Amino acid sequence: MNKINLIIQREYLTRVKKKSFLIMSIVGPLLFAGIMVVPIWLASEDDDSQNVEVIDETGMFVNKLENNEEVRFNYEFRSLKEAQEELNSKDRKYTAILHIPSVVVTHPKTVQLFYKDKPQGSSVSHMKREIAKNIEDKKLQDLYNLSYDQVSGLRPSIGIVVNKLTESGEVEEKSDDIAMGLGLASAFVIYMFIFIFGVQVMRGVIEEKTNRIIEVLISSVKPFELMMGKIVGIALVALTQIALWVVLSAGIYAGVMAVFGDEMAANQKATIEQLESVNPEATNELAESSAGGDVVAKLSAKMSTINFPVVLGCFIFYFIGGYLLYGSLFASVGAAVDNETDTQQFMAPITIPLILGIVMAQVVMQNPDGTLAFWASIIPFTSPIVMMVRVPFGVETWEVILSMVLLAATFVGTTFMAGKIYRIGILMYGKKPSFKEIGKWIITKT
Amino acid sequence: MSSILKADNIVKQYAAHRALDDVSIEVPKGCIYGLLGPNGAGKTSLIRIINQITHPDEGQVFFDGVPLSPNHVGQIGYLPEERGLYKKMEVGEQAMYLAQLKGMSKREAKEKLSMWFKRFDISPWWNKKVEELSKGMAQKVQFIVTVLHEPKLLILDEPFSGFDPINTNIVKNEIFRLKEEGTSIILSTHNMGSVEEICDHIALINNSKKILDGTVKQVKEDFKEGIYNIEFKGNMISFTNALGAACELLSSGELDGRISAKVKLAPNISTNDILKAIVGEVEVFGLQEVIPSMNDIFIKQVGANSIKKEANDE
Repeated sequence: MNKINLIIQREYLTRVKKKSFLIMSIVGPLLFAGIMVVPIWLASEDDDSQNVEVIDETGMFVNKLENNEEVRFNYEFRSLKEAQEELNSKDRKYTAILHIPSVVVTHPKTVQLFYKDKPQGSSVSHMKREIAKNIEDKKLQDLYNLSYDQVSGLRPSIGIVVNKLTESGEVEEKSDDIAMGLGLASAFVIYMFIFIFGVQVMRGVIEEKTNRIIEVLISSVKPFELMMGKIVGIALVALTQIALWVVLSAGIYAGVMAVFGDEMAANQKATIEQLESVNPEATNELAESSAGGDVVAKLSAKMSTINFPVVLGCFIFYFIGGYLLYGSLFASVGAAVDNETDTQQFMAPITIPLILGIVMAQVVMQNPDGTLAFWASIIPFTSPIVMMVRVPFGVETWEVILSMVLLAATFVGTTFMAGKIYRIGILMYGKKPSFKEIGKWIITKT
Repeated sequence: MSSILKADNIVKQYAAHRALDDVSIEVPKGCIYGLLGPNGAGKTSLIRIINQITHPDEGQVFFDGVPLSPNHVGQIGYLPEERGLYKKMEVGEQAMYLAQLKGMSKREAKEKLSMWFKRFDISPWWNKKVEELSKGMAQKVQFIVTVLHEPKLLILDEPFSGFDPINTNIVKNEIFRLKEEGTSIILSTHNMGSVEEICDHIALINNSKKILDGTVKQVKEDFKEGIYNIEFKGNMISFTNALGAACELLSSGELDGRISAKVKLAPNISTNDILKAIVGEVEVFGLQEVIPSMNDIFIKQVGANSIKKEANDE
């Protein structure tokens, strides 16, 4: 036991003392902060909204098209040609021309948009919606001889509150957008760390083989101790890195808030927009909430519906379980080869389920209680990633327990198997073994 | 003299290849035991079994009278043929790590290391990275790490490879010093010169079998063929005539007017008989028995064995 501690210590310290670890620890949170802050900053600082000149040949749309954050309509009464000339000149007032021809009611596909800066898809749909709404209104007015106000009063504004009925019969308001974000983020972190640190385990083993220190080591310790020491040591490096990132990110966030706090509050709305663009389904709901008033209060109310201790607990379990499962496999690949270029062939069976997991995670996010979601979160090779997507939405307890038990059993199995491959592989030099030979290693005694 | 290590009837099978076939060796305490054999004979397999890196399929190993167990790891020092160090790690830190893996306490390791570093005159390297060292320098560090925990049994696999003559001498002297202090040493090597110089006992392994063992003196004695080197001045023909039919002249050569001839004596003829026969004919300066070198014995034994094996295979 004392020896395995020594190995863990060495694996941990040599990696933590490296310059690259320090750099990653600092750059990581900056990158995260960047990913979070920059789009908000861009959205608030850089005005990429469209200032659209409307050339309305029908006259029925004047002052009727509704502006939003992205599109502002301006009405000019001049020919399309004049407007185009101005758009081409340097001192233009508008960013685009929306040309509505006189035949629009009978030929609705004749509307044209001329632009200098390509408008976002959502801006174009907004224009489309607004024109259609007005034509519809006009037709209704003509058909039933109603006033404009009467017609626009016909259209109700609908909002759907999505609820999950819990077993106790209580109605729980679910916040899909936040659950999705949280689930996908934790799944991605697990995926990334299994990959990065799994490969580190493999490299560590190859290093010991190519350095030829391995035989010196295993005359002092058991190969299994050496392998586990390496896997655990590197796991601690990974956890340290995450902890550092969390602390530093929080520090940067706090720092930014202290300096730009007021500005940020003003930009809160932009944050919501950011969320909307990530997740269009939530648009209406959120748009309403932002119109409705206190955004922050609403957000925190939504957050409170997620069971954070459970999510955190699951994250830690699946992180460690997934890492141990794949870490031992990576170690056995390292043991089977002499150098990194030979690893390709053996990496495939390991990386394919991992990549499959992260691909399925995107699908599962949309349908967290589906059949794919169920099986992918039960099968241990994808469960660490896929289950984490589902957990924030709330998963039946028995499913989580089944998935965890299977994961634990599988990593005990793979560790045992990897130990056997490792023990023989580390002493083999020269010819790259075939899968068949590796199979034999698993069943032979030393 | 009791034995530090006794391996009884060891069999080790790797898939289709039998690496060790009923091999027994006994290493007496306080001696240097040469484990010889051509490449692929099974030496490394045997050494790995002694180090408990692998386990025998059949047979048993006793260490200092008791069955070999994981507790003995700290009492064995092993310098493998394929050896190396972590390149990116500092020399001192690495030596401390390896010493602690052998079960030494931090303080003990530190003390012993600084003593050894002084003895080998390498104290300034403590904070250097291994990749900055030359091969010979790294070998010195490796040797220190092997002997640091004062093992009762030291196993050295080709210990002199990578050393220049000066460092070879330093290491050789250390080996002798360790022997004086009571350490038993197994030395596996192809370098027959060093076997002759260093080893007390040898065992020769070929084709997974032990084909020869004993003290170096005894083995040489066993392989004597009754060949003598006679140095004289005089007529070569009368010398040959004097030898008569019972003795075979193998070779002769002349240097500075003195002829030296290799003569194989018939079994019933003593050196005195031969002297009597030739002393009247030529002026004798010396008569010396030709003792076979370990190199000769090795080549002869391994060669004969391979031929026999090939014959058996056919």
